[in-house]
Amino acid sequence: MTVSHPLLSLKNIKVTFGGVRALKGVSFEVNPGEVHCLAGENGCGKSTLIKVITGVYTPEDGAEFLFDGKPIAAMTPTLAQSLGIQVIWQDLALFGEMSVAENIGFQLAVKGKYGLIDKSAIDAAAKKALARLGIELDIHMPLKELAIAQRQIVAIARALVGEARLVFMDEPTASLTQSETDYLIEIVRNLQASGVAVVFVSHRLAEVLEISDRITVLRDGALVGVYPVEGMTQSRVTELMTGRNFDSAVIAADHDDAPVVLSVKNLTRHGEFSNVSFDLRRGETLGITGLLGAGRTELALTLFGMRQPHSGEILLAGEKVRFGSNRDAIRAGVAYLSEDRLSLGLNQPQSIADNLVMASLDRILSGGLISSSRKANVVAHWISELGVKIGTPDDPIRTLSGGNQQRVAIAKWLAIGPRILILDAPTVGVDVGARAGIFDIVRKLAAEGLSIILISDEPPEVYFNADRVIHMVEGRFQAVYDPRQTSLTELESAVYA
Amino acid sequence: MKTFVQKFNATFGADMGGPVIAFVSVMLIFGLAADNFLSLATFGSVAFQLPELGLLTLAMLLPLLTGGINLSITFTANLAGLAAAWVLQAHGGADAPVSAFLLACLAALATGAAAGALTGVAIAYTRAHPILVTLSMMIFLRGLGEFLTRGGDVSGFPAYVAPLGHGSLFGLPIPLLIFVFCVAAWHVLLTRSKLGFGLLMIGSNMEAADYSGLNTRKIVVLVYTLSGVMCAVAGIIMLARFNSVRVGHGESYLLITVLAAFLGGVNPFGGFGRVLPVFVALVVLQLLSSGLNLMGANQHLATALWGVLMIVVMTARTLASNYRIFMRKKA
Repeated sequence: MTVSHPLLSLKNIKVTFGGVRALKGVSFEVNPGEVHCLAGENGCGKSTLIKVITGVYTPEDGAEFLFDGKPIAAMTPTLAQSLGIQVIWQDLALFGEMSVAENIGFQLAVKGKYGLIDKSAIDAAAKKALARLGIELDIHMPLKELAIAQRQIVAIARALVGEARLVFMDEPTASLTQSETDYLIEIVRNLQASGVAVVFVSHRLAEVLEISDRITVLRDGALVGVYPVEGMTQSRVTELMTGRNFDSAVIAADHDDAPVVLSVKNLTRHGEFSNVSFDLRRGETLGITGLLGAGRTELALTLFGMRQPHSGEILLAGEKVRFGSNRDAIRAGVAYLSEDRLSLGLNQPQSIADNLVMASLDRILSGGLISSSRKANVVAHWISELGVKIGTPDDPIRTLSGGNQQRVAIAKWLAIGPRILILDAPTVGVDVGARAGIFDIVRKLAAEGLSIILISDEPPEVYFNADRVIHMVEGRFQAVYDPRQTSLTELESAVYA
Repeated sequence: MKTFVQKFNATFGADMGGPVIAFVSVMLIFGLAADNFLSLATFGSVAFQLPELGLLTLAMLLPLLTGGINLSITFTANLAGLAAAWVLQAHGGADAPVSAFLLACLAALATGAAAGALTGVAIAYTRAHPILVTLSMMIFLRGLGEFLTRGGDVSGFPAYVAPLGHGSLFGLPIPLLIFVFCVAAWHVLLTRSKLGFGLLMIGSNMEAADYSGLNTRKIVVLVYTLSGVMCAVAGIIMLARFNSVRVGHGESYLLITVLAAFLGGVNPFGGFGRVLPVFVALVVLQLLSSGLNLMGANQHLATALWGVLMIVVMTARTLASNYRIFMRKKA
């Protein structure tokens, strides 16, 4: 596998966004026909690096960029495409209404004779690309009828149409089951055999170690190192990725003396989750982790009254409740921070102030009308309490960074005076640096007596911030872990098994 | 200059700039071009013509702010007027007592509210696009009205009704007073009430509003109900002004109301907009039409100029925002 020069070689890549160093002089190398893993936590600069390689971002002066041994003065998306560099993003960027063949061959579509689309050429290209992967698929089937794993294959086939030499796969297994992942790994091996270099971007370590030749680890926009896979263990990679020193303590504590605030008994929603039971005590933080599609968000929405259970009971402070809508839940003191801050959690075009008071309007009324002075007081109180950095409260909330937006979203729920706060993936789209700040708030709230359900698909987040961790698999509570008696590696291998 | 703009924006809101500039331009241009423009007569004619279009614009405003639209406003006003007319006729027509007129007003408001509530329920529960629902409602109401009136007028009302359309109180036209009262009510509704807050929130993101515990269905139903009530007020004023009710009266106002709202800085996609700039925009439109009238221009030319004004304002807004972004980059 050793050749005279690497396929791709980058040195001293620096990228800055509005004062934030996203990449601090990173080097990266891929050999021809290699399967390489680019590892690192969310926000470490993986995506930025890929965007530099594909010409979306231009690195600062002093960068060195070689492809196939030749220097590239200025990379552009078009040049990247013609060199055979392809990226399969996590969201796949496919067209649901179009057929498999059209999705695979859509780049060819513009090249037909007389400005018309050459259907037969598209079909032929699609068949060829699928054959190269060793896959049989009805190319005339609309994409939306395929399972996620099959769509992924369509996305890979599309990358191959452009005579790919280097393919990046961004979190390709995030939404796949184990057998689908095995299938994908098989396909990656086929690709490798046909001479294509593949860069796997993933934080699921088991499969990374299974498939890759070498691993490049990034942390906080800087290169940690490049390592051969032989001799690597999952815990070693985790340590490299997080840079976590092992005295980073778990906060888990017993709350057995505290009163039970929420009690869930055999809660079931067909097709989403079944027979879920747990108690949540005052001041306790309950972590729930599991893969995408494990039913975590569905369970949260049911506790929040936005979905109704088919069977089972929810008891608040010992009293049975039945929420007709989330308004009932909010009145009862249950708050839910959505995993989708952009479209559900916050009203992005509206002001910081309006977003903050949106759930607690009744508390700022005076004589039936909204009192602007009360509103201003509430806003000022929470902005300072949670340390939100803003210009003025009238600025649209979309002008804030992810971390500050999330603080406002949390403040919106604290303003209702909740008993139970459900945090669903609270660090999605939040910079690594700002995440610690979010968890500091969470710990402080728990210490003040708020009961918290913390949902995350990143096991370390729940491991280090919850008193108990529930592992959810396909709508069921698989196991409960006490971070004081379980290692993070144990939890992670259970989740990614 | 810059500090003046900042002060103005701080006092009146940034969305007030366009309508005020348009107002000043219209006053200057016509003031110079027609010597009799700056006279009591002009303002009298504006004051009497403004309320009909103005009330219908208020009826259009709330749905627009939720990201919807209400295409049935003019026929809702007609049907509400018809309801009032029948109550008056049933109580003796021209000899009907004042109590009958009050009853007639209640009947009109109830009719408007019912039509609006029906529309709102259809939109809230089917999640169909408001264009479809209100277009259906508009056609339904027109057909119903024409069927009931056989396409003719209903007229012959008591003499004391006419002042509502033509009379003055303390030297101010009564329809104008009613309109200003309604503007004030809508202003309070939008800036101070829970409903106003909620309707702006669902205008920019209905799902996010839902997740925050706002009752989005209730808000939609109330918005269209209030729109219908405002149509009824317009219907009563029209009844008084024409001394008759005819299905189709004011039909040409429908899209002008949308124009006036956008001219007043209402975001076409919903979520943002205030009443006062819309009020100024309405005055500008009416001044433009009265000014042209005074200069002996054809009435249809006025309509054409309304369109031109809208295009000019839109272009100016884009240029202004580009300039602002440019200045910010420089700074």
